[in-house]
Amino acid sequence: MPTREQSKTQQAQRDQDLAQLAGGLDALENAPGGRRRRFDITGVLAPVAVVVGLILLWQVACWAHLKPTYIVPTPSSVASNLWGLITHGTAWEAIWVSVHRGLIGFLASIVIGTVLGALVSQVALLRKGFRPLLSAMQSLPSVAWVPFALVIFQGGPALIYAVVLLGSVPSIANGLIGGVDQTPPLLREAGTVLGAGRFELMRSVLLPAALPTYLTGLKQGWSFAWRSLMAAELVATSAQLGTGLGGLLSNGSQDSDMPTVLSAIILILLVGVVVELAVFDPLERTVLRRRGLTSSGL
Amino acid sequence: MTAVTRQPGAQADERRTPAVRVHGLRKAFGSAREPVLALDGLDLDVAAGEFVTVLGASGCGKSTLLRLLAGLDRPTSGEVDVQGGQPALMFQESALMPWLTAEGNLQLALRLAGVPRQERAGRCTELLNAVRLGNVASRRVHELSGGQRQRVALARSLAQGSQVLLMDEPFAALDAITRDLLHQELLDVWRADQLSIVFVTHNVREAVLLGQRIVLLSSRPGRVLRTWDTRDVPQDDVAGLTDEITHALREEIGRHAHA
Repeated sequence: MPTREQSKTQQAQRDQDLAQLAGGLDALENAPGGRRRRFDITGVLAPVAVVVGLILLWQVACWAHLKPTYIVPTPSSVASNLWGLITHGTAWEAIWVSVHRGLIGFLASIVIGTVLGALVSQVALLRKGFRPLLSAMQSLPSVAWVPFALVIFQGGPALIYAVVLLGSVPSIANGLIGGVDQTPPLLREAGTVLGAGRFELMRSVLLPAALPTYLTGLKQGWSFAWRSLMAAELVATSAQLGTGLGGLLSNGSQDSDMPTVLSAIILILLVGVVVELAVFDPLERTVLRRRGLTSSGL
Repeated sequence: MTAVTRQPGAQADERRTPAVRVHGLRKAFGSAREPVLALDGLDLDVAAGEFVTVLGASGCGKSTLLRLLAGLDRPTSGEVDVQGGQPALMFQESALMPWLTAEGNLQLALRLAGVPRQERAGRCTELLNAVRLGNVASRRVHELSGGQRQRVALARSLAQGSQVLLMDEPFAALDAITRDLLHQELLDVWRADQLSIVFVTHNVREAVLLGQRIVLLSSRPGRVLRTWDTRDVPQDDVAGLTDEITHALREEIGRHAHA
């Protein structure tokens, strides 16, 4: 019969053995840390090379006199036009007009799209009613609304916001709904077992689980907002709307001023690229990395 | 008649009332015209502090039983009575929230269990230490090994503070040594917290090793076929008991070859 003292030491020995086994398993199973990827310079150089190549091709086409220069201006004349727009402040003014409209419209879209998406994903009747409509709206180019909005809002700034909202709200709502739908049932059940009610389940399980898909929806929502904005500015021009990038493009077009047209296109592209690189790419990468969803190539 | 009652709070005569009472439990899936019976007339009592393992082949409704006990599904008929409110349930996969750290998952469970904010951090550390994972608190789920994930899932189940723990083949996907370790940890936790455990498995050895009582379910439909009590079996006859149960399980599976 072991004494109390002996069984105590046995217990302590057993505990120590288990702790050691656990420690060994953990040490062996843990992937070595410090997987921080080094900056890859080709990621920058490759797209730059493509752009340079395209400009060279354009220059060669000009030298070959395929089209007169008032139709296809040379890269250098576009560059000097762009430089002029920038130094005179016209470019900054147009960028400011467009970007601040885009931002206001996009932020409003986030609020509306998120609330709409949350409701539609949770309420069965709303889902039946709105889901097909939202998908249909997403495939309708929102520029189609411009003539109608022009009449309704009598050429005021509201027309532009209306078109932006119609363009980006469906993408954002659909992103959220898709994310909620794709949440693994197991996580829902885990949440339910932990005692989450309907609201808590949405807040603590479904919304965080939907985040990656929701972010994709936001990104698409922004690009639709930006496109819709440009289309609206291009079609609806009036003194009270001011001159945004779309207006700049429209002016160039009316004056048959191809360098200005091309400069405006370049500026519109640049704003899109900057927002993508500065806002959405880092956001997406952070979210995916935290969940271990990045492949080594990303 | 269907009655699902969850009685909150500890009762004075808790030792006499079973922690889990299942009576005449029936669960049918499919259409009303052609119902598929997963469970038909299942009776099972689990005493407070008892460790019961439920064994059965595929299609015996083991998982269905746990889902009904956990309130994830409603019985077609019969009574399910779980003491002390919502029981904890551990799945075969960890089912941890992948956007949270190990600690974050425990924090979420504690918050949903209504533990006051200022007590959560301390409780979290206690729970992680109970499963020997204090050093990986800040890791995210994807940075944990399969065994570590199940240990965090176990800690999360404990965080709920429920006296009843339901386990659905929680260690089936783990390698043998990790499984041994988790068996020991589970037994330690069970004794320390005086939990009532219903552990579902298809592994006879595991069932015998862990369970005080082993319940063998029949397949299609599931009901209790036989029960063994390991407390009646001397320590040196565990191998004999394992053989006996394996034989019974094989017989039950073989019966379906002619059906």
